[in-house]
Amino acid sequence: MLTVSGLKRLHISVSFDLQDGECIALQGPSGVGKTLLLRSIADLDPNEGTVKLDGMLREAMPAPAWRQRVTYLAAEPGWWSDTVQEHFTVWIDALPLVTRLGLPDDCGHWPIQRLSTGEKQRLGLVRVLMLRSRVLLLDEPTSALDSASAAAVESLIAERIANGTSVVWSTHDDAQARRVGSRIFAMGPDGGIQESRP
Amino acid sequence: MTYIQLSYGDLALPALLVVMDGVLSLVLRLKLEKQLAVATVRMVVQLVLVGYVLTFLFAAVSPLWTALAASIMVLFASREIVARQKRRLPGVWSYGLGAGCTLLAAGTVTIFALLTEIRPDPWYHPRYSLPLLGMILGNTMTGISLGLDVLTNSLVRERAAVEACLALGGTRYQALLPIIRDALRSGFMPILNSMAAIGLVSLPGMMTGQILAGVEPVDAVKYQLLIMFLIAGGTGLGTLAAVLGGAHLLTDHRHRLRLDRILTEE
Repeated sequence: MLTVSGLKRLHISVSFDLQDGECIALQGPSGVGKTLLLRSIADLDPNEGTVKLDGMLREAMPAPAWRQRVTYLAAEPGWWSDTVQEHFTVWIDALPLVTRLGLPDDCGHWPIQRLSTGEKQRLGLVRVLMLRSRVLLLDEPTSALDSASAAAVESLIAERIANGTSVVWSTHDDAQARRVGSRIFAMGPDGGIQESRP
Repeated sequence: MTYIQLSYGDLALPALLVVMDGVLSLVLRLKLEKQLAVATVRMVVQLVLVGYVLTFLFAAVSPLWTALAASIMVLFASREIVARQKRRLPGVWSYGLGAGCTLLAAGTVTIFALLTEIRPDPWYHPRYSLPLLGMILGNTMTGISLGLDVLTNSLVRERAAVEACLALGGTRYQALLPIIRDALRSGFMPILNSMAAIGLVSLPGMMTGQILAGVEPVDAVKYQLLIMFLIAGGTGLGTLAAVLGGAHLLTDHRHRLRLDRILTEE
């Protein structure tokens, strides 16, 4: 279980619990601070508050170990090498997920430069899923995808949730929020969240 | 060893060449004449002053005065490093990192050469230590400022890539390694280029000076080689320290990228 209490970053102030195998949909207008909240939980920005995983304080472990368990995926994931497969520890292991998201199995040696935004988004998701993190913090993971690819992503994440992974999923798509979330958090301009059930 | 001495009067005729430049600027309306005049006056005043200061220092051979002169040189070098940065580190670090690394690298290498190879008496004799320090300082400074400039600019440009690596559980050093490599390569580039071109394209100033002063060319070459090795070592040390130090300052203990610590020059 992920416990967030009194998390503060700029104007944001949030507390909530996230059970194992639960998905929270995070909504709110652009610029309201959804990304800031997700980044803060992953400890990518300086922030205040108590964040625990199964009762274990995140400060009790090195930040890289925390982020391997509680992993943030940016809406536009970054790339540090030239080709696709250089970003994966073992590319062969990632292939089943890659093909499942509708990418050809020879895309490993594609240069990053020729990828479309949607291809980058799907490959970024596969890269994160390879970590088998306990908690996924997904920042608009289907914003650049067509409806077929988005459906493939939703079903893939749903499987992970069924296997016990917890997810916070930020989205602008109300229908998607109701589909994926067992709870919906609406973030307001005051930096707080209002909970509702789909 | 004999050399042809110049009197101030001997400089009057060559100085007319600068006047010629000024006339050219006026005739062709280059609008450079004012700048040219200021630069010329600065050059003359600075060099004549340095001549007298060095004369004093060489006569005094005092460890205190020599150390003071060396510190002033390091301060000017770190000011130059800061001036060459498009994005600066905040507060004391903007000067501190550059000054610390130039002092560490140029100082270590200069003392190394004085103690092991040149061995003047006393070892800090300003006639040897100050020119040596000056040559090493100038090149180390270039390496450090290039390295830091590439580091900060690449971090801003490649922010998404660095943060992707961090978000996947990479340490700050894993995430910054590609950029640290680029920064180190840039810092090394000038000394590599000048080592490759030396002797063919350019005759180095110190060697030319020694030859004019009557030293045998082969002996002057030995001195120049010593200096080049020292410069290469100093640049390597200084650039490494500055880039690693900068990378450390722009991340924190929780392995976050802290671009909020960079100030951008308006």
